[in-house]
Order: sequence, then C-alpha cells, then structure tokens
Amino acid sequence: MAQIDVKLTRHLFAFFPQLEGKALQVEADTVAEVVQALDALAPGIAYYICDERGRLRPHVNAFIDNEMVRDRRALGDGVQAGQTVHILQSLSGG
Amino acid sequence: MTDKTLWVATRKGTFRVAKVDGRWQPKLAGHPGVGVNFVARDPNTGRLWALLGHGHWGAKLSISDDDGATWRDNEAQIKFPEGARYLTQDMFEDPDSEHGVGWKLLTKKATVLKLWVIGFGGDGAIHVGTIPGGLFTSRDGGKSFELNLPLWNHESRGGDLLQGDGTGETKWFGTPASEGGEFAPGIHSIVVDPRDPKHLYVAVSTAGVIESLDGGLTWRSRNKGMILDHTPDGEAEWGHDTHFIECCPAAPDHIWQQNHVGVYYSADAAASWRKVSQPEQGVHFGFPVAADPHDGRRAWLVPGHSDQQRMTIGGGLFVARTDDGGETWQQQRAGLPQEGAFDVVYRHALVAGEGVVAFGSTTGNLYVSEDGGASWQTVGNNLPPIYAVRLG
Repeated sequence: MAQIDVKLTRHLFAFFPQLEGKALQVEADTVAEVVQALDALAPGIAYYICDERGRLRPHVNAFIDNEMVRDRRALGDGVQAGQTVHILQSLSGG
Repeated sequence: MTDKTLWVATRKGTFRVAKVDGRWQPKLAGHPGVGVNFVARDPNTGRLWALLGHGHWGAKLSISDDDGATWRDNEAQIKFPEGARYLTQDMFEDPDSEHGVGWKLLTKKATVLKLWVIGFGGDGAIHVGTIPGGLFTSRDGGKSFELNLPLWNHESRGGDLLQGDGTGETKWFGTPASEGGEFAPGIHSIVVDPRDPKHLYVAVSTAGVIESLDGGLTWRSRNKGMILDHTPDGEAEWGHDTHFIECCPAAPDHIWQQNHVGVYYSADAAASWRKVSQPEQGVHFGFPVAADPHDGRRAWLVPGHSDQQRMTIGGGLFVARTDDGGETWQQQRAGLPQEGAFDVVYRHALVAGEGVVAFGSTTGNLYVSEDGGASWQTVGNNLPPIYAVRLG
C-alpha cells in the first residue's frame, strides 16, 4: 500500500484532539482506506466523515491533492504514494 | 423550592440551569456551537445523554458521567444496519409540472438523519427515536444499540424492506416541520410505562401513536378517537400528526397528546382519545404537552396560533393548564411577556416535575414556574434557539 499524507480540517481536532499538530501519514490505496486508517488512529472519526453506509457526508469534501474525489458513495478513488488527501468541511455560504 | 436541575438542549450547545442563591441560572455545560436536539439523564445510572446534530459531521450520541462537566462521544453510535431501507416521498425534477418539481415514492437506504428523543425503561433499557423513524434500544447500558425490526418492518410502513421489497405502500408521511430538512417520518416521543417496561408507546410525525405490550416484539396503532383534517378519511387508522405524547408517571393510563389538529387526552392507556381542544381559550394548536407527575388529569401546554402561523396568539405568551382532564383550561400569563412576543415552543421544550414547570422557545427565552404555572420567572432571554428542556 502507498504512503499517503492526510490533512484534516481543524474543525475535526475539536473532537479528535489526539490528531492535532501531527504529521498524519497512513497506508492506503483508496480514499476509503485512508478513512479506515484514520479511524484506527482516532476511533470514531470515520463516522464523522462518512455515514453508516460509507458515503461521504453531504457537507464534507475530500480532495486528492487539488482534485475533489469523484466517488462520494464508496470513496473508491485510488491514491498513490506522495499524494495528499485533504478532508474538509464544505461551505454552504454565509 | 426545588433542588432540581434543568437540562436545556439548544441550537448551540447544552445548558445546565440550576438555582443558585435563589435564582435560576443557565450555564453552558457542553457542546459549544453544536446543535443539541435533546438532553436527558438516565434515572437508572445518572448518566447524561445528549443527542447531537453536527452540521457537518452527522448525528452523535454524547454522554457525561460528571453532571455535564465533561462529555464524550458514546462508544456505540446509533447506525442503521446494512440493508435497512424505507419508503419515503421525494421531490424530483418534473418538466411537466407548473413548478418544475413533482413528488414520488422512493425506497431509500436508511442512514441516521437525526437523533430526536431518548427514553429510559425501568429495566435499564435505553430507547432512542430517530429520523427516519427508527427505534433503537440498548439493553447493555449503551454499549450497543439495536434497531427495533418489528417496528421498522411494520405493515403500516410497507413491511419488510430488509429481506424483500415489502408492499410498496406506506402510511407514514414526511415531517416537514423538522428543522434541518430531514424529510422523513420520525419518532419524537417514547413513553415507557413505569409499571411495566415492556409496555411502550412511540409517537411518529406523521403516523400517530403506536403501542407495544411485549417489549417491542409487536406493535399496533392507538389512534382511535383522533380526527384528521388533512386526509379524506378523518377517522383513518394512520396519518395522524401527533406532535408529542406524555403519560402521568403516577397514573400512566392517563396520556396527553398535542396533535397538529388539536389536544387529545386518554384516560384508558391510549385505547381511546378524546379531543379536549378549547379554541376560545387558545387551546388547540401547539407542539409540547407536559403531564403532571402525580395527577393524571392535570397537564400544561404552550399553545400557538394555528398551523398557518405557529407563533404566539396575539403577541402574548401564555401557558394553558387543565386540572380536570381537559374539561376546562386556564391561561397562565403572570410573568410572561404579553406584547411583542413571538415565541414558538418546540415539542420537547416544556417539562413538568416535582415543584417546577419550565419551558424554552426558539427565540432563546427560558421560563420557570415553581407554583404550577401561576407565575413565571425569566431564566434567560438570550439563549440559543431551544430544542428541549428536561428535568433531572
């Protein structure tokens, strides 16, 4: 599996302070595996990012480098070594 | 006097309200900035449970074992099992429609849209009602929660969609009054009979009152006597927009119901309902109802002006109380604003307990009475929109 850098919105550190200030790196071949690996580091975080069917929550965005993921339903987008997965809250305006 | 604590769930956090130096004082107790739909103490364990609705991060169960000083996510979160589906109406683009949209019946995969209410049984069971309408029960103190399948697969909502395709018909409607746009029927009321924890009622907006006598193995409608004004058949078994139900703890066969189409009272364990609206006293439309802890014939409401307006009647806020099973109602206004008030009180935001009645509104006003509603004290005018007020 590939070594993937992960950057999270600081909003998530309010609920998972153990991740704050850490250089997050996980082994994964898909975005779904990135989320699973994060959940091993911070149990419960996967259910913040995805619903119980594994779909990205409606107001959450995930990017691979600068590209938004295409598969929001299963997070099947592939990732490669050296890439960075960003998990961010989406803005609804205001 | 009371040594009780009020727990207030708001759009922006959980508040603890206690009497300090003779004055009720609210204090932010947790979840700053987070939507809290409901907060209550489990009388069996003393644990506080808050039902959160994070704007981005979904619905979460949060617990506190130190009176709200610290909170953490419960290890077991409420989740619909793989394969859980439900029938619901959904909007779709319809070029043939004047407005460009139409409605169709869809089968959707169930995910938790909202944790709405929590109830506790004398046997230690913890019950949670959700949108879409799931009843989840824990029998191990909250270590795990299981979806009640007999209710989820009930014939009134299309039968078993887990194993098959069911009947394709549902009598449960959407619940557009739900803030946040969770357009699916949900369970907002859970009543556990204090005499028998296997005797349960839930109420659904929109379906009505549903009862189980066997701990949730089987369920039946309990809507006799309620008259619909939004369907062709006013006496239909299903389709009732019950806003909230509560029983008298000391006389549990006495159950009160604020419904979309009036106030109802049952003195026979929901076998039959009697309409006790009194429009000339403003008693008809509203969301909450609170039963007296001892006297089954006494209850409080905070009426609103009709389903068209949903705000105070004539700009003056009042509570209505009956002492005679709804035969007569008195308006209780002392201490409440009588002009320029446009408060709406949600279904969980009125509570009556030993020596205290309290309610909060979506305009962030919180009021307490220690004399049965004869007079009211203002606890705060600048709280976030209030979703629930509970004692414990």
